Amino acid sequence: MNPVVIMDAAAIDRSITRMAHEIVEQNPSAELAFVGIHTHGVPLAQRLARKVQSICGREFPVGSLDITMHRDDLDLRRDLPRVSASHIPWDVNGREVVLVDDVLFTGRSVRAAMDALIDLGRPRRILLAVLVDRGHRELPIRADFVGKNIPTALTERVRVRLREVDQVDEVVVEK
Amino acid sequence: MSALILRNGRVIDPANNVDVVRDVYVSDDKISATPAAGARLVDATGCWVVPGLIDMHVHLREPGGSAKETIATGTRCAARGGFTSVVCMPNTSPPADNPGTIALIRQRAEETAMVNVYPTGAITRELKGEELAPIGSLKRAGVVAITDDGRCVQNNDLMRRALQYAGMFGLPVLDHCQDYQLSADGVAHEGHWSLALGLRGWPALAEDVIVMRDILLAEDTGTHVHCQHISSGRAVRLLREAKRRGVPVSAEVCPHHFTLTDEWLKTFDANFKMNPPLRSEADRQALWEGLTDGTIDCIASDHAPHCPFEKEVEFDVAPFGIIGLETELALSLELVRKKILTVRQLVEKFTVNPARILGLSKGTLSVGADADITVIDAERDWVYDVGQSASKSRNSPFHGWKLRGKAIMTIVGGKVVWEE
Amino acid sequence: MTTVQWQRKDLVGIYELSAAEIELVLDTARAFKQVGQRAIKKVPTLRGKTLVNLFIEPSTRTRTSFELAAKRLSADVINIDTTASSLVKGETLKDTAKNLEALNADIIVIRHSAAGAAHFLASRLRASVINAGDGAHEHPTQALLDAFTIREKKGRIAGLNVLILGDILYSRVARSNIWLLTKLGARVTLSGPATLVPRQFESFGCRVTYDLDGALAEADVINLLRIQHERQRRSAFPSIGEYSTLFGLTKERFARTKPDALIMHPGPINRGVEIDSDLADCERSVILEQVTNGLAVRMAVLFLCAGGART
Repeated sequence: MNPVVIMDAAAIDRSITRMAHEIVEQNPSAELAFVGIHTHGVPLAQRLARKVQSICGREFPVGSLDITMHRDDLDLRRDLPRVSASHIPWDVNGREVVLVDDVLFTGRSVRAAMDALIDLGRPRRILLAVLVDRGHRELPIRADFVGKNIPTALTERVRVRLREVDQVDEVVVEK
Repeated sequence: MSALILRNGRVIDPANNVDVVRDVYVSDDKISATPAAGARLVDATGCWVVPGLIDMHVHLREPGGSAKETIATGTRCAARGGFTSVVCMPNTSPPADNPGTIALIRQRAEETAMVNVYPTGAITRELKGEELAPIGSLKRAGVVAITDDGRCVQNNDLMRRALQYAGMFGLPVLDHCQDYQLSADGVAHEGHWSLALGLRGWPALAEDVIVMRDILLAEDTGTHVHCQHISSGRAVRLLREAKRRGVPVSAEVCPHHFTLTDEWLKTFDANFKMNPPLRSEADRQALWEGLTDGTIDCIASDHAPHCPFEKEVEFDVAPFGIIGLETELALSLELVRKKILTVRQLVEKFTVNPARILGLSKGTLSVGADADITVIDAERDWVYDVGQSASKSRNSPFHGWKLRGKAIMTIVGGKVVWEE
Repeated sequence: MTTVQWQRKDLVGIYELSAAEIELVLDTARAFKQVGQRAIKKVPTLRGKTLVNLFIEPSTRTRTSFELAAKRLSADVINIDTTASSLVKGETLKDTAKNLEALNADIIVIRHSAAGAAHFLASRLRASVINAGDGAHEHPTQALLDAFTIREKKGRIAGLNVLILGDILYSRVARSNIWLLTKLGARVTLSGPATLVPRQFESFGCRVTYDLDGALAEADVINLLRIQHERQRRSAFPSIGEYSTLFGLTKERFARTKPDALIMHPGPINRGVEIDSDLADCERSVILEQVTNGLAVRMAVLFLCAGGART
């Protein structure tokens, strides 16, 4: 257990800024919206949305999504994850939704998130932004916007800590 | 020709005011003053040697209920529990409300029983509480008392006549004290736990009202009334006051009522369902006081076997009653350890007192008396495994309990019927 | 936010739950309430699981609520009610339970007229057992949905004065509510005829009063209970007319309650007996919201008891 800090606050901020520019370069429609996946995706979605707004001067709606009910591993877990309320106070139909999560790993959370989102309506398009892509996909899923690619071993853990939740901004890898 | 020497035990014989360490001799079927030649020597050092214990309230279920118990299996339980005499209740099928059934019970006991069996007869035909049973014929057939146990005569006039009539024969009347209007369809003591568990309440008052009635009728008729399985603290108080006035009443209590309280019902286990129901802690303590001051004369098991399939159902629909002959002595010895009873009082409540109430020539170790003897190791630790019970039934709430004290030898008429 | 983990296979009663466990159910129910407000009112959470509604005492409302809750979680549902079941042919509850287990049912929701029936099944089956009402013992999901509704409307439960009015003696709803509300710090007052609200209930940690007007004046929540004709073995009061005169929530009495006092009722309502018909439909009545919230609470309970790995 020797945690190595891979990204500090400044690096995280730079990554979000770069992803925001990439989103704007894709010429987003007026229907663009951001949805963070509980828990750490939520503050990331808010930060990303603010950056995009400051670049193109328009406001975009932001929401949060709890994916517990759609997980495929509930039967395997002795400890049930806590279910939180989702908060998407706008119509999903026809939106161009950027799903935001902290770490992209097996892809199963993203699969659950897409199902949960589609249960709320029919977005015109779903995009995926992640702060860290650590590889080891188990489903045919890739991110459209990646803050940082971090090659990892399966035994390692990637922890994203954010001010809004953890009082600090950093990404660490634990062996 | 059986002969025994019980060597060096603590001999406790309240009828003769004896509590000394000495030998007891058995020759043929009687207690003897001297050892017989060729007698079997039993070392009773460290054990109690007491008159054979009497349980004046058991259900042997024969005839008619042999899936639950028979005279053979029920008396085997009794022998294991240290009892040399049992008094069986008349709620058999057919009921013991006629001399023929009494003759049958006595014959089956003759053939199959391990201990002495004393039958009781019904107060009313079919225990219906409507017409008197042929009490005179029952007496001639050999009953030691009359009772409608399991049921209670509600009609006060009929009960009065029963007492007047039974008085003619010197028969005591044993009463199961339950007012049906007050107990209604109750299944649990009316109190905190019946309310908390949503079980239909059965107030202690249902017992108190009949105990009071019986006291008045005993006073009025002069016939001895024995109140069975007293569970209510207020009933103890009523009996205490009546005895002080010299009313011919007596009372018994069951080990489950002085050991358990209604809090056990939170398990919803039907092995905690009995009639009368387990009552509150305050009632339990009042029973202890009644035992201490002699208001309660006897301890009896109300051994009531029921098949597992009958008991393993919803609490509401399960039949009332538990088996008790095998755990009775150990649970009662706890009263001595708790200083509720002296050793002598404990032995009295199992021997001379029931013998006196029923007019039996039992309950003593006098020379020449029937050689009914129980040898008790009061310090023996053991665990009750109902799976190993001699009963045909398994309905005991004490399964798995760590108990202390056990009959290690039971002698009936000079014959060793149980030893460990 | 509580940090307790749900470790129970069954929900038999509120009595054995901790305050933290109760709050976990209520928090979880908030998330499930959203599912019912969407166009697609279904999530795959219990996909592949089988729920048996074993109703040995008739109840359309509770059975429907559990059925819909299970379906919204994608579980398969089998309904067995008293007329269809072989129980009436003399099969014991134990036999029925073993048969259901042989069918590999994952969840058994039981409604039974005997107290302890859910307890009986829970201790004998590997499946999750949810008590949907056992005699006069408990009705835990009703108490949870009542608490959910109070919390949603009042923002809290601790410190509120809750009056439970009517037939307490025969009411499983009352018992579950008393346990739950006192655990979460509400002050519970019981009122009704002394034959149905004995003083002994004070040993539960609540207050018993026969001064209805005094109790109404300070109540933040008024939970009315139905007179359970079917459970009463003898008459507990002289007539329905006298009951509604003495203990019914009339317009005159209602006018003297706090302006924000809520009216709750577990249903079905005897209009004109325990409550004036108009009051049942007034804006301070949350009776229909209780029904809606019942779904969310039952989804949460099914998820918590049967959602994880089987031990």
